[in-house]
Amino acid sequence: MTAATPIISLEQVSKSFSKSRAAPAYVAVDRLDLQVGQGQLLALLGKTGCGKSTIFNMIAGLTEPSSGTVTVDGRNPFRDFDSFRGKIAIVFQNDRLLPWRTAVQNVELGLEMLDVPAKRRKETAMHWLGRLGLRGHENDFPHALSGGMRQRVSIARAFATDANILLCDEPFSALDEMTGRALRAEFVKLVKENGKTAVFVTHSINEALEIGDRLVVLKRPANIAVDLPLAATTAPAEKEAIRNQIQSVLAA
Amino acid sequence: MTIPQAESSSGTAGWSAGLGRRGLSYILPFAVVAGLWQVASLFFPPFLFPSLIDVFKRCFEIFASWSQFSDVLATVGRILAGLAGAFLVGAAFAVLMARSRAVNDFLSPILTLFQGIPALSWVVFAIIWFHGIEPRIFFIMVMTTLPAFTFQVLSALLAMPRDLMEMVMSFRPTRAKLFRTMIIPAILPDILTAWKVNLGNASRVVVVAELVGATGGVGYELLQQQQVFDMAGALAWTLQLVFFVLIAQAILTLIENIAFRYRAVSERTL
Repeated sequence: MTAATPIISLEQVSKSFSKSRAAPAYVAVDRLDLQVGQGQLLALLGKTGCGKSTIFNMIAGLTEPSSGTVTVDGRNPFRDFDSFRGKIAIVFQNDRLLPWRTAVQNVELGLEMLDVPAKRRKETAMHWLGRLGLRGHENDFPHALSGGMRQRVSIARAFATDANILLCDEPFSALDEMTGRALRAEFVKLVKENGKTAVFVTHSINEALEIGDRLVVLKRPANIAVDLPLAATTAPAEKEAIRNQIQSVLAA
Repeated sequence: MTIPQAESSSGTAGWSAGLGRRGLSYILPFAVVAGLWQVASLFFPPFLFPSLIDVFKRCFEIFASWSQFSDVLATVGRILAGLAGAFLVGAAFAVLMARSRAVNDFLSPILTLFQGIPALSWVVFAIIWFHGIEPRIFFIMVMTTLPAFTFQVLSALLAMPRDLMEMVMSFRPTRAKLFRTMIIPAILPDILTAWKVNLGNASRVVVVAELVGATGGVGYELLQQQQVFDMAGALAWTLQLVFFVLIAQAILTLIENIAFRYRAVSERTL
């Protein structure tokens, strides 16, 4: 399935890793074709070690593909790395807060890279901390915050830069079910309200069904096994059928 | 309502008592050594064991006389200049070594070789190679502390948390911003430790350098005391350097306490 106006495009992308020249290469991604449309919330689902994070790193420009082309907004995110400053924001699996910075200073980090004046930086950071229910904790250091609160700070940090593209690598997998569910709902709401394009990597079928308006299931090495459109209006029975279909694909 | 107050009051008393015990245990070894010295001064001539009162009088004289105190300041200046020079060169080497394996492979054996050269050999080399006193001492200080600074900063750079580095890189920082927001805060604890360790080494090396190749400073003054067998003077000049190291260590600890206030404090410590 291809999107109408793809903002992220992977064409025949492969990525292999090798410990030494003599050792055989481990193929993480195998000739993958994937397009993500503007404003789409794509849930990328696959088993652990299927290459989800490698795809994620290639879209983020942190890793270069071994072959094929990755383009984001028409440019190569690895080679034109600096030109994507403020255009791509990432929410990682763990919060990755800088321990020497307070919550508000952590949220300000991306804005500092964009040379936003200090006053506006702080106002924006405070706004996002407030939106994520962290007012009163802005001057706390990460060690004083709970896991859920820290992940909220990392979401605020991603949204604060107002980047058009959000990449999320299993951001709620380390949280308890209740906190994860609440944050997921808040996250989807924020993405939709702000018209962002998001790629959400997960290994949980339920999470993928809850979040995405498109669901791509990956086989190993990473390539598309299933590509399905989803909607909030999808009936529970239909979702159940999709869940069963995904389970059988993953089991295979 | 009264229980917490009672607990708080007994807690304060307990804390004061703990502080008193710690203070006593810190002072006690010094007091024992000073007492033994004072007893020895009653039985031996002053050129072997002078009275502590004489030693402190000489200390006060050094403080009160500008011509003598300027020698202490000269030594302190040499230590700080040498350490600053070694730190700047060492940090630059460390960054290059962390960035390039080829540079690391080239510099690492050379610095290891330097580590094996005794301080006194550097003093001899400096006397042969340089004319002025200050360039000689600066060279000796830099060469003796450079390997330690380089390896300590390199180790800190290599141990930086990779996930945090990746997170900061995802915002596409400029090189200057990467250093300011990530690299310097991450390696600061190791930098301060390196300064603490090298400060002690440098204060020992500077005395050797001044002893042989200077016409002023604590090392030179120690040589003068040795020539007239003035033990009280030798101790008083030595104490000047000890005071400096203690003050410098206290300043570094203060910086640590301020800079690392973000660290979580466990109630159950080592």
